[in-house]
Amino acid sequence: MAQPLNFVLNVPETPEDHGSQEPSPYDESEVHDSFHQLIQEQSQWVAEEGLELQQREPGAGGQETSGHLDESFCFVGSGQQALPGPEDALVHSTATLRILASMPSRTIGRSRGAVICQYYNRSVRLRRRVSRPELKGVRRSARPSLRLYDLELDPAALQEEEKRFLLVKELQGLPAAQRDHMLRGMPLGLAEKRCLREESQTPTGKQRGRQGPRGLFPCCGRLRDACVLALHSLGLGLLAGLHALRPWRYALKQIGGQFGSSVLSYFLFLKTLLAFNALLLLPLLAFIVGVQAAFPPPAPPGSARSFTGLELLTGGGRFTHTAMYYGYYANSTLNQPCAPAPAGGRCSREAAGLPYSMPLAYLFTVGLAFFITCVTLVYSMSHSFGESYRVGSTSGVHAVTVFCSWDHKVTQRRASRLQHDNIRTHLKELLAEWQRRRGSQSACGRLRRVAVRGLVWLLSLGTTLGCTVAVYAFSELMIKSPVSAEQEGALLALPVVVGLLNLGAPYLFRCLAALERHDSPVLEVYVAVCRNLILKMVILGILCYHWLGRRVGTLKDQCWENFVGQELYRLVVLDFVFVLLDTLLGELVWRLISEKQLKRREKPEFDIAGNVLELIYGQTLTWLGVVFSPLLPAIQIVKLLLVFYVKKTSLMANCQAPRRPWLASHMSTVFISLLCFPSFLGAAIFLCFAVWRVKPSSTCGPFRSLDSMYEAGKVWVRRLEEAGPRVSWLPWVHRYLVENTFPVYLVSALLLAVIYLHIQVVKGQRRVICLLKEQISNEGEDKVFLINKLHSVYERKERSRHRASFATVGTRIPAPQPGVMSSHPRSRLTLCHPPVPCFPQAGKIWSASRAQGRATSCRKSSRGAGTLTVHTGTCSAECWVRFAHFDSHSSLFTSPDCDPLRCCPS
Amino acid sequence: MGNKQTVFTHEQLEAYQDCTFFTRKEIMRLFYRYQDLAPQLVPLDYTSCPDVKVPYELIGSMPELKDNPFRQRIAQVFSEDGDGHMTLDNFLDMFSVMSEMAPRDLKAYYAFKIYDFNNDGYICAWDLEQTVTKLTRGELSAEEVSLVCERVLDEADGDHDGRLSLEDFQNMILRAPDFLSTFHIRI
Repeated sequence: MAQPLNFVLNVPETPEDHGSQEPSPYDESEVHDSFHQLIQEQSQWVAEEGLELQQREPGAGGQETSGHLDESFCFVGSGQQALPGPEDALVHSTATLRILASMPSRTIGRSRGAVICQYYNRSVRLRRRVSRPELKGVRRSARPSLRLYDLELDPAALQEEEKRFLLVKELQGLPAAQRDHMLRGMPLGLAEKRCLREESQTPTGKQRGRQGPRGLFPCCGRLRDACVLALHSLGLGLLAGLHALRPWRYALKQIGGQFGSSVLSYFLFLKTLLAFNALLLLPLLAFIVGVQAAFPPPAPPGSARSFTGLELLTGGGRFTHTAMYYGYYANSTLNQPCAPAPAGGRCSREAAGLPYSMPLAYLFTVGLAFFITCVTLVYSMSHSFGESYRVGSTSGVHAVTVFCSWDHKVTQRRASRLQHDNIRTHLKELLAEWQRRRGSQSACGRLRRVAVRGLVWLLSLGTTLGCTVAVYAFSELMIKSPVSAEQEGALLALPVVVGLLNLGAPYLFRCLAALERHDSPVLEVYVAVCRNLILKMVILGILCYHWLGRRVGTLKDQCWENFVGQELYRLVVLDFVFVLLDTLLGELVWRLISEKQLKRREKPEFDIAGNVLELIYGQTLTWLGVVFSPLLPAIQIVKLLLVFYVKKTSLMANCQAPRRPWLASHMSTVFISLLCFPSFLGAAIFLCFAVWRVKPSSTCGPFRSLDSMYEAGKVWVRRLEEAGPRVSWLPWVHRYLVENTFPVYLVSALLLAVIYLHIQVVKGQRRVICLLKEQISNEGEDKVFLINKLHSVYERKERSRHRASFATVGTRIPAPQPGVMSSHPRSRLTLCHPPVPCFPQAGKIWSASRAQGRATSCRKSSRGAGTLTVHTGTCSAECWVRFAHFDSHSSLFTSPDCDPLRCCPS
Repeated sequence: MGNKQTVFTHEQLEAYQDCTFFTRKEIMRLFYRYQDLAPQLVPLDYTSCPDVKVPYELIGSMPELKDNPFRQRIAQVFSEDGDGHMTLDNFLDMFSVMSEMAPRDLKAYYAFKIYDFNNDGYICAWDLEQTVTKLTRGELSAEEVSLVCERVLDEADGDHDGRLSLEDFQNMILRAPDFLSTFHIRI
């Protein structure tokens, strides 16, 4: 075996390369480390992941350079094997690529210099928008000049240092809060950010110091600085305090880690509800309950009953005459100077205090609390909508699945395995669906499916109707057979029936849903939510009619408000009991059955939609009962706290994460809007009706002498009118704006007009977005066309040059990378002899099969080292071996059986 | 207050607060997490800014990262030299970007870098293949993987150059509302 003749070529820098110092983004980052590290990293990576040695290893250590070389390999050599390489990119030569790489749009965000430049531009824009100083007040040199614009146009024009300097200057011009915001959002390393912060902070202080004496009050500037600093630290402190208040940090992390975002969204929703209830409860506690508790009304005769324990469920008995219910509150003005006072001593002591009219406080506080809730709800809903629904969000499922579906919160091995499986199945489903969509379905199958769906809908609506009729009949029965005070347990019958229906019907719906097979899991969830919601709302509607339409009539001499309050209390408490039952039966027992009997290892899935609907139902009950039982939100808060821990425990023990992909943000938007639209709106309508139209009972409560609760406000306005001219605007406002219907109509018409305009604007924007997208795609096609043209020119040039060089030396290095090679003096390209260029026109040097065999054997032996990049390209079925960055000083090829030179033909 | 101040000076803490999305308390918590990774390596006094790096093996074994298929890429992207060994600054930076408060653009930028396996500034078909393989633990067949990659490129590649640039990626992320909640590590 004759020793093959080898050429070891030092790649010289061609004169052409000297000339073309195009700023390539690859040069801007650091050049690679030692080769040794690269080998270590890669072998470790291979060992760790257990993957096959890829044809092109991702260069972990020598990042930019190896990436660059890889790319050029891809274009010249292989690329046909496993990956569907970009067709147009395959044929590009290096010169074209270099031009492409230095295109302005490509450099953004890739190198540090570009990032700095981008943020500089952004801060310039921001500063201009925020505080545009008057031109005449600014010295000439400081005026904004065209130079800034020129920078915007050409990001590569300035050196990095210069850009950085400009950025620091810009940051100095921004107010502190904005500067911090900007710094935080910058995609730079923390050390660099800190440097920027230091640099942009110190001169500002100096500047201010200089400015101070010039002003009218020399100390003013310093004082302002001190104030700003104090405010800054105060803000940080407050923020820290708020964060410390954030409850359940660890519990939420645990849930997110084990079950992912989908289940977490349920618990976050529960937390939101807690916040809403707290918001509702605070004004009620402060202005109604607290005040009335400070001035307790005289106890009604014969109300001192003993506590039996059943009250906790029924809410009656001893609880009846407490601050819990409407009937307890006085219709008088509290704290009046020596009125018929309940406690004489207190009257004399607090005679100077302001009079406090309880009916007014009751009306306005409830109204205010509802208004606050409404504003918060609408705000959070619109925010959520803005986040989760974007224009064109329906396209691009595959991309979104690949890039956004991994939940980085997940920390448990089991959960992460489940997530792997979920994503795999989802991808498979998507592919199948995509392939199926190209084919079409038979008419018969479609017809059958429509029929099944119609039948299931009919059945579920029938179930709903049945439940409604049952509740109605039962409530009529309750009216006909009044319960005596001793048998309070019988009062529980109606809530129990309602709870049972609410518990059972969803299971029936789930069974029915198993019959119809929906294509998309999202649609399935929506349909289930829709059915359950219809059931719950219809039942609540019937109950509302039962209370306001029927009970008010039958309880003539009693306090019907107390009765309704108690009824709602019972419903809330029993709802909690049934949630517990559901957890126990649906989750615990089912798990035991499936583990012990069916010997399956699968746990039941956590039904997010059903559980969230339960929460919404409970919240509706609370809102319905606020007027009749001001302490109901407190009960709800306690209930939610308990539910959180019960559900968490049950989840950890019994459940597994849902197998279906779950669009968490879409779903939370849907749930917030459900909370707003049928739930809150329904409750508000119910309460408005109760306040405006229904006559309050004449024996109890703050409105006992009036025709409606709203009358209290009217009476007050009338009294103000009599009181004097000081507040005469208020009765005027009342008369002309509230009682007169015209302004109300005007305002609602205006609101509708604004909404309509807004919709139109959004529509227009959507159209513009579509047009822009089309334009982008056209531009892309244009670009591809131009690139191809460019490439053909280069290729022609290259070909002629190549022919010449091949004829003289017989050696041609395909695709040298001048920018990279020149930066590393020791780098060499080792080529086999005779060199086997990949250009088809260069001609075959030796037989293809032989070459391929060589290459394969060599690749096998090089697996340990992991740096030998071998391409058995399909390009003219010829093999060529290329060793990137062969460092002559590293002990790369010490093993005798992996000598690169042996690959070469003898 | 006294013993807290020994780890960082007041100015240091303020600088960290201004440059990350964390409060003072969270920064301290993260510092102790970092210190726990290598107690003998990381000093408890950072006032003199010691030059300490915790090796990747320890970073990757944190419970927050150890089951993450992209842990190596995450560590590489956030480390200074791209080798996965992290200073305290890198560590804070990583969790700051992955925190709840970080804006979408910032997250998208780093997500792009994470998915760009060969660091060439684009997500090309090969990067995509790596991503899909890691996502599914290599349990999809080669054709399925290449089909998925083809579909992804088809959907997200706005300028038809056969690979995803940062702009393409950010456009795609805009359409994915769940990205903010999934690209998030609770600490």
